[in-house]
Amino acid sequence: MKYVLLICGDESAAEHADDGCGGWSEKMAERGVLRGGAGLRPPSDATTLRVREGEVLLSDGPFAETKEQLGGFCLIECADLDEAIEIAAAHPAAAYGTIEIRPLVDL
Amino acid sequence: MTPPVEAAVDRAFREEWGQVVATLIRWTGDWDLAEECAQDAFALALRTWRRDGVPRRPGAWLTTAARNRAVDLLRREATGAAKLREVAGVLRTGDDAVGGDDPDVPDDRLRLIFTCCHPALALEARVALTLRTLAGLGTAEIARAFLVGEQAMAKRLARAKQKIRYAGIPYRVPPAHLLPERLPAVLAVVYLLFNEGYSATAGADLVRHDLADEAIRLARVLVRLMPDEPEAAGLLALMLLHHARRAARLDEAGDLVVLEDQDRGRWDDGQIAEGVALLDGTLRRGRPGPYQVQAAIAACHATAARPEDTDWAQIAVLYERLARLVPSPVVELNRAVAVGMAYGPAAGLALVDALRETGALAGYHLLPAARADLLRRLGRTAEAADAYREAAGLATTDAERRYLARRLAALG
Repeated sequence: MKYVLLICGDESAAEHADDGCGGWSEKMAERGVLRGGAGLRPPSDATTLRVREGEVLLSDGPFAETKEQLGGFCLIECADLDEAIEIAAAHPAAAYGTIEIRPLVDL
Repeated sequence: MTPPVEAAVDRAFREEWGQVVATLIRWTGDWDLAEECAQDAFALALRTWRRDGVPRRPGAWLTTAARNRAVDLLRREATGAAKLREVAGVLRTGDDAVGGDDPDVPDDRLRLIFTCCHPALALEARVALTLRTLAGLGTAEIARAFLVGEQAMAKRLARAKQKIRYAGIPYRVPPAHLLPERLPAVLAVVYLLFNEGYSATAGADLVRHDLADEAIRLARVLVRLMPDEPEAAGLLALMLLHHARRAARLDEAGDLVVLEDQDRGRWDDGQIAEGVALLDGTLRRGRPGPYQVQAAIAACHATAARPEDTDWAQIAVLYERLARLVPSPVVELNRAVAVGMAYGPAAGLALVDALRETGALAGYHLLPAARADLLRRLGRTAEAADAYREAAGLATTDAERRYLARRLAALG
């Protein structure tokens, strides 16, 4: 199964922006479950786009002004949800932010 | 149809439904198909057993019938071909043991209940799914029991099954290192079922009463399948000891009868004896947990021939232990009441007032109700009356309000 881990946090999570993953990425890559991912620049650097009736509409900022914002994502591949939970729980961001585990559409 | 066959199918339904569905899910990986085939197998049993008699092992017969039905259905659809090869493969390797006689092979029902109660599912979905797939209750029955519409319940069940499938919730008994965090979720669902049924009053839908029986039946299965888990046995003992008092809990008018006023002759001695024996055997393992301690408290009440024979000092000690295992202001309140019974109302009131100071139970009617009783026993009648009135204002059911009004009137 493939899952994306969506790493979210409120403003206070910004202080962790340069923390890195404390060896998590290396460990998971070695284990063969990490397929990719990245940390994201803060929502203030985001641009949101829609195309309506052929017109490109842009706005400054993220698509939802919520307290919790996406700060990074990882693509993992593992046996099942239990393993995904174990992998996500080991991520340092789980201790201060929130991680959403989303299965990918199986094609 | 001759009644004995109908009765045999009824009994088989109660005893074997969960096993048949659980085995079919393991073979096909398809929850809806499994339920459909189980249903067809029971329908076939009604027709066939009348003609040929009831088979020696009804469970094995039903599982085979359901499996044959699954093979038929899968053969009909193109996408079923791959699945069919898997099912057939499983059958060739002889991995079709039914009944779980081998202790090293986890019973399929255990896989099923751990999957139904996976913490990634919402609590209400866990409860509904457990009742539907393991206990075989119909969607309409479950909807009635939880006071929601049948369509809403059908949707809830469908959503849960969809999540299990697409989120990759594994169909298995969690490995040993996950058991300590997963078993409580299973036990919590069973206990919630029990309480839903137990707290049902006479006027409410009778289906809810069946939930208590269903919870006890599920707990029996858990205890049999996981004999090394003392909390499973503790939960079963706890439920038996509560259930034993069921007939005495309500009066003719449907009003709640408090423990000390219950007619103890109407308690079920057989269930009390079973609960106590189970608890004694479990406590001897020396791995106590919240359900065992609560069962021990229930046993103190259930084994007292008269209210005044109750060992309140022991109950106070047990509540203190429970508070250490699961810290909670409600447990502290119960401990205060027990202390008040064991060592006098002044000792109890000191604890209740300390608890009141913290504000942790603000708005909870049983705090002023307990205070009122202690004040009454201390002869502080005016303060007791105020506390009863405060409790009545916070009570959530009519039965409780009536009870508190009676206590207030009795102050004179």
